[in-house]
Amino acid sequence: MKTKALVTVLYIVFLLLPIYWLLNMSLKTNEEILSTFSLWPQDLTFANYIVIFTDPSWYNGYINSTIYVVLNTIITLLVALPAAYAFSRYNFMGDKHLFFWLLTNRMAPPAVFALPFFQLYSSVGLFDTHIAVALAHCLFNIPLAVWILEGFMSGVPREIDETAYIDGYSFPRFFTRIFTPMISSGIGVAAFFCFMFSWVELLLARTLTSVDAKSISATMTRTVSASGLDWGVLAAAGILTIIPGILVIYFVRNYIAKGFALGRV
Amino acid sequence: MNKWSDNRAWWLVMPVVLIVAFSAVIPLMTVVNYAFQDTFGNNEFYWAGLEWFRDILRSERFHGAMGRQFLFSFIILSIEIPLGIGIALAMPRKGFWVPFCLILMALPLLIPWNVVGTIWQIFGRIDIGLLGATLDSLGIDYNYTQNTIDAWVTLVVMDVWHWTSLVVLLCYAGLQSIPDAYYQAARIDGASKWATFRYIQLPKMNRVLLIAVLLRFMDSFMIYTEPFVVTGGGPGNDTTFLSIDLVQMAIGQFDLGPAAAMSLIYFLIILLFSWVFFTVMSYLDRAEN
Repeated sequence: MKTKALVTVLYIVFLLLPIYWLLNMSLKTNEEILSTFSLWPQDLTFANYIVIFTDPSWYNGYINSTIYVVLNTIITLLVALPAAYAFSRYNFMGDKHLFFWLLTNRMAPPAVFALPFFQLYSSVGLFDTHIAVALAHCLFNIPLAVWILEGFMSGVPREIDETAYIDGYSFPRFFTRIFTPMISSGIGVAAFFCFMFSWVELLLARTLTSVDAKSISATMTRTVSASGLDWGVLAAAGILTIIPGILVIYFVRNYIAKGFALGRV
Repeated sequence: MNKWSDNRAWWLVMPVVLIVAFSAVIPLMTVVNYAFQDTFGNNEFYWAGLEWFRDILRSERFHGAMGRQFLFSFIILSIEIPLGIGIALAMPRKGFWVPFCLILMALPLLIPWNVVGTIWQIFGRIDIGLLGATLDSLGIDYNYTQNTIDAWVTLVVMDVWHWTSLVVLLCYAGLQSIPDAYYQAARIDGASKWATFRYIQLPKMNRVLLIAVLLRFMDSFMIYTEPFVVTGGGPGNDTTFLSIDLVQMAIGQFDLGPAAAMSLIYFLIILLFSWVFFTVMSYLDRAEN
């Protein structure tokens, strides 16, 4: 029992150490980072965070990222819900092939799509808009959401649908009033995954935006290459990108284990 | 579960098909288009046939990136899968600490990939990073921007840090679904720890493990952001994986033809692996029912 607890604790320490180091650096001044090596800030400062909250080129990055992530989550859930229902309840022509084809998109390397996306969205005039990034992220989020939701929906017995139809519910009314509330935990988990994969993605978000819809991850990588050495501000920006993740995971904490198994346990 | 047969279900999947077609099929067609043509600029294209494919398949650069990619994915899987299983087994099964552990473990998964890169870029530096400074004071010559081995070790440790939790959470979910009665039966039969693992826990985990292997293989196979931020593909080309090489070729040098041909080869490999995994998975599904 002791060794088991020790393994768990050691692993968590291993996970938290690099994050702690980032937090540590974000609370130091640049001079302190470069001159003295210390395990905690000697001269505690919030100046790095103040820079981010007062400089529009920084805080706009967070706003832009949030906008396209939310857009992406809404679009994904709206189209994935009926599709997942179809896959979990019906046999139809080509269903297996369609499902496989969807999954291959989750597996497709974004690097393959970066250039064609750039050309496609430029040609339809969507370059550097939030909707372009939201649609591009649908490429991997829709298949994943369909997969997760299908897992959760298959756990709901089909008799419920049959009873509702006998009771005279129409499909849309049954779906919105009865079925959707029953799989709300699945929807929560799917939304969590959409948020997560859209929030962490860099390559497509960076390729499809330049100024107006520039994401925070793009802002961060460009700052590195331009000025190079403002470690404190960079660390503070990194810490701020972790916070939304913590908030979202707090909401789904009770379903997280089942959610990570994509509803299939 | 028996399903209804009804082709009208296509109406329900139609929105998904349309959006994915717009965001996957049209771009992919552009890639196919470039892969078979050459240009002298001015938007004048002429047919090049299989020339680009021949070039790519013969080029040293592609072989190098491909070899490194497979080696990287192989190392990642052989570390993360056993480690993930081990930690999932070690975690408490119930109690006050469970949600706490789960949230902390999921934390690295929610950090944007470029920030993961930044964290390790800083963490490994000799002058300002905890890891680099510690190794340096122990007298170990460590420099991930100059030394190939160090760069690889840094990337592997970073990926283990970043993604092992996914394997842990998946396995943990599989373990949670085992009823207590199974363990009691095993105890009555006097089963050893290994026997309990081999005949009770592992069979219950095999589906989630398959998902874990699939996701980890695919995601490590298309890794881009983290090595791009940490090493930038260097030293030299020693950590240039397929995606980094491809982006360099397509967006950096704007070599449309070779980049498109490479994309297609890359995509076909992925497709092949997905198909194998998918077949195994549906086979397991059928075996279970």
